[in-house]
Amino acid sequence: MARRAGAPEVSAGSMADIAFLLLIFFLVTTTIETDAGLDRMLPPMEPPEDDVVIKQKNIFQVLINKNGQLLVDDELTDLKALRLKAMDFLDNNGDGTCTFCKGKKNPESSDNPSKAIISLKNDRETKYSTYITVQNELVGAYNDLRDREAQRLFGRDFVEMEATYLDQQTPPSEKEKLKEKVKQIQDLFPQKLSEAETSSNN
Amino acid sequence: MSKFSKKKSGDIPAVSTASLPDIVFMLLFFFMTVTVMKDNSLKVENVLPNANEIKKLDKKDRVIYIYVGKPSKEYEKVFGTEPKIQLNDKFSGPSDVGSYILQERAKKHQDLQNFLTTSLKVDKNASMGLISDIKLELRKVNALKVNYTTYEGDAFRNLQ
Repeated sequence: MARRAGAPEVSAGSMADIAFLLLIFFLVTTTIETDAGLDRMLPPMEPPEDDVVIKQKNIFQVLINKNGQLLVDDELTDLKALRLKAMDFLDNNGDGTCTFCKGKKNPESSDNPSKAIISLKNDRETKYSTYITVQNELVGAYNDLRDREAQRLFGRDFVEMEATYLDQQTPPSEKEKLKEKVKQIQDLFPQKLSEAETSSNN
Repeated sequence: MSKFSKKKSGDIPAVSTASLPDIVFMLLFFFMTVTVMKDNSLKVENVLPNANEIKKLDKKDRVIYIYVGKPSKEYEKVFGTEPKIQLNDKFSGPSDVGSYILQERAKKHQDLQNFLTTSLKVDKNASMGLISDIKLELRKVNALKVNYTTYEGDAFRNLQ
C-alpha cells in the first residue's frame, strides 16, 4: 500500500509577482480625487418681480481689476486686510437691533447682519486664482463670525458642526439635533454674497 | 583544508523574501482604498488653486464635472494655448455647457436630479471671462449649485 504524503505544498514564490501586477494595475487606472471646494449658489436667471431698494451703506462693494488689485468701498485694499474689513462691516450693527454683535455701531456702515450684503464684481481678465482667494476670504469672514456665535451658544465651532452635519457617516439622530443648531447660526449671519456680471472695461 | 574554504563561500545567508508579498499587498490595499477609478482623461492643464474655507463635495453620483484650463502639450498645436473647456472627453465652447448639463442631468436617477452640484475644476491661470460665460450658461439651465473645486491649503499662496 502506497504511503500518503498529503497534498504537496503550493509554492508561494510567485505571490509577490501577482500582487505587484495588481498594484501596478491600480496605480495606472486610478487617481486621487480632489473632492472639496468652495460651495456657491448662483442667482436664478429671472430677476425678482419687486425691485428692492437697498441702502448704499448696507452694501459692501468689492471690485477686482485685471491686475488683481482690490477696491473695497472705494478704497484700495490689500487682500490680507479684506477679511477683517468684511467682518467689521457684517458685525457693525448700525441700528442697534442686533443683540449679539460686537461691532462699532458706525452709522455709515451696515445696519445689522441680516441686511448686510457683500457685492463682488470682477473684470473678465481677472485671474481665477485671485478670484478664488477673494471668495475664500469672504466666506472666511462669515465663517469666523459664525464660529464666534457657535462658540458662545454651543461651545463648538460652526465649521466643524456643519461638516459633521453634512457628513454621510453621521447617524440620522445626531443630524437631526445638529440641523436646528446649524440653521440657527446661519440665520444669525445669513450669507448674502451677490455677484454682478463681469465687466470688460478697465 | 578544502572543507573550510567551501564553508566561507556560502557565509552570508540570502535575504528572506517571504514577507515581500505581504508588503506589496499592503501597498495594494492602500491604493485601492484612497484612489478612485479614472473616468475621463484630462486634456487640459489642471492645477487647482488653494483655499482653506472649503466644504466636501457631495457623493460622486450627484456631481457633474467641468474642466477648464489651457490645452496640454500634445493638444497645443491643434487647439492653441488659450484656456478651453473640457466636457467629458472633448474640448468645447461656452455655448455647449448648457446642453451638456441637461444631458448629464437626464442620465442621473430621477430622485437625484434636483440635488446635482456642478463642480468647476478650473486651472488657476485661467481668466474669469470664461468662468463668467460658464456661470451664465449654468444659470440658463438652472444648475445653480456650483462648487469651485480647490486644493486644501493657504489661499494666499495663489497670488505668487
